[in-house]
Amino acid sequence: MAHHEFHMPVTEAQVRALRVNDTVTLHDTLYGIRDATQIHMFDRGRRTRFDLRGHAVIHTAPNVRWVGETVAAPVGYEPVCVGTTTSDRMERFTRPLMEQYGVRIIIGKGGLRQGSLDAFADLGGVYLAIIGGTAALETTWIDRIEDVDLHDLNPESLWKFSIRGFGPLLVAMDSHGGSLYSEVNAQARGRRAAALAALGVKA
Amino acid sequence: MRIDLKAVEDAAKELYIRALKILPPDIKRGFEGLAARETSPTGRSVLATMVRNIAVAESADNLLCQDTGLPIYNVLIGRGVEVDGHDLKQAIRAGCERATREHPLRSSVVHPITRVNEQTSCGARVPVINIDFSDVPRQLSIEMIPKGSGSENNTWLRMAIPAEGVDAIRTFVVDCVLDAGGKTCPPTIVGVGIGGTGDLCVHLAKVAATRPLGSACEDAEGARLERELTAAVNLLGVGPQGLGGDATSFAVHVELAATHITMNPVAVNMQCHSARRARATWTPDGLAWGF
Repeated sequence: MAHHEFHMPVTEAQVRALRVNDTVTLHDTLYGIRDATQIHMFDRGRRTRFDLRGHAVIHTAPNVRWVGETVAAPVGYEPVCVGTTTSDRMERFTRPLMEQYGVRIIIGKGGLRQGSLDAFADLGGVYLAIIGGTAALETTWIDRIEDVDLHDLNPESLWKFSIRGFGPLLVAMDSHGGSLYSEVNAQARGRRAAALAALGVKA
Repeated sequence: MRIDLKAVEDAAKELYIRALKILPPDIKRGFEGLAARETSPTGRSVLATMVRNIAVAESADNLLCQDTGLPIYNVLIGRGVEVDGHDLKQAIRAGCERATREHPLRSSVVHPITRVNEQTSCGARVPVINIDFSDVPRQLSIEMIPKGSGSENNTWLRMAIPAEGVDAIRTFVVDCVLDAGGKTCPPTIVGVGIGGTGDLCVHLAKVAATRPLGSACEDAEGARLERELTAAVNLLGVGPQGLGGDATSFAVHVELAATHITMNPVAVNMQCHSARRARATWTPDGLAWGF
């Protein structure tokens, strides 16, 4: 259960060194991505001008305030509240994000499925769990909004955040087939019979 | 008592923002209870981060969660309250829109087919405005609930049949909690609707999911079932955020309605740990803020 400090972007070797239950804190750059962003990128033929190779994406659609372009807000937006959404809806985009854009790290809540776990093993990637619903805290780890692409999809644009000490985040799915979600889910389903028995439900 | 609609509009705006920033005291106490009982180190750590976030949101005057949700306003009109119903709804809608533009808040509301976001948190039939009446003299209350999608996406209805009995309800609730796993941002409040028509059953599940912690179903059988189900779902070990632990749910809440002799419907709607709500109450003494 090691802790890692990552200055983004990272190499495949850095990501493959991570194991479930390790923790990671990210620095420098993080990209925000969401349902509509990926629907447009992978189903509707749009491309992003951002170079995502070796980078981390977080499943988010932030609350932002338009303040006009300043040093602190290079594209005119300042972050109000940046949190995380449920990753499961975006399961089918993990592999194309990694294959077509070279993304190495996905950050979200609630976990991804076997298809993503396979992609992490095949291509060298990880899923980092952030605590859903703790956006006020996460926002304190973000310095500014550096850039935005696919702007028309606001709030589901592709956001480039400048970050400082983003974490610690828990490695919940790794490139070696490990998934905390699969483990917990299997254990919970194993306890189903006991829970129903406690309720007096006849088998 | 005559209601000033401008005050309602202002309150509808303020309620949305307050709900997003200040967690009700019963939910905070719920966290204390869960943290005291949690035996998993991961679970304890996740709960501690959630509690820390509540403090950060309050000290920074920021939103607890990025999800501004689907806005729901529950209006309760007492006796002797003079207000035009249509204008009241328009005032609430205007306040909801102003909160989004003036704070600003993320508009999380889109057209269901075109997916166009008007950037107002409003759209067809949204905000949801439920209106009911009470026998309390000269009192109007508006409760605001920003319902997050992580929990709302975990909503189920099963039209069970009488031959399946109450066991169908018990089994369904346990299976919904298992299917939700970490997706619904546990620890949750599991709202269970029992009986009624299909649509009423789902509505009751929402009423149950958004009821304050510590409250009980008014029906004795319903109250007994919610105690049993609360204990049972917390045997599963889903834990905070679905990462394992004891604290899967703060509570299971049940709301029920009479149903047809041929029917046995059960619905589940969940509320996430950011179980946000705010309330404005008008009396002859003026406006009071609460939860």
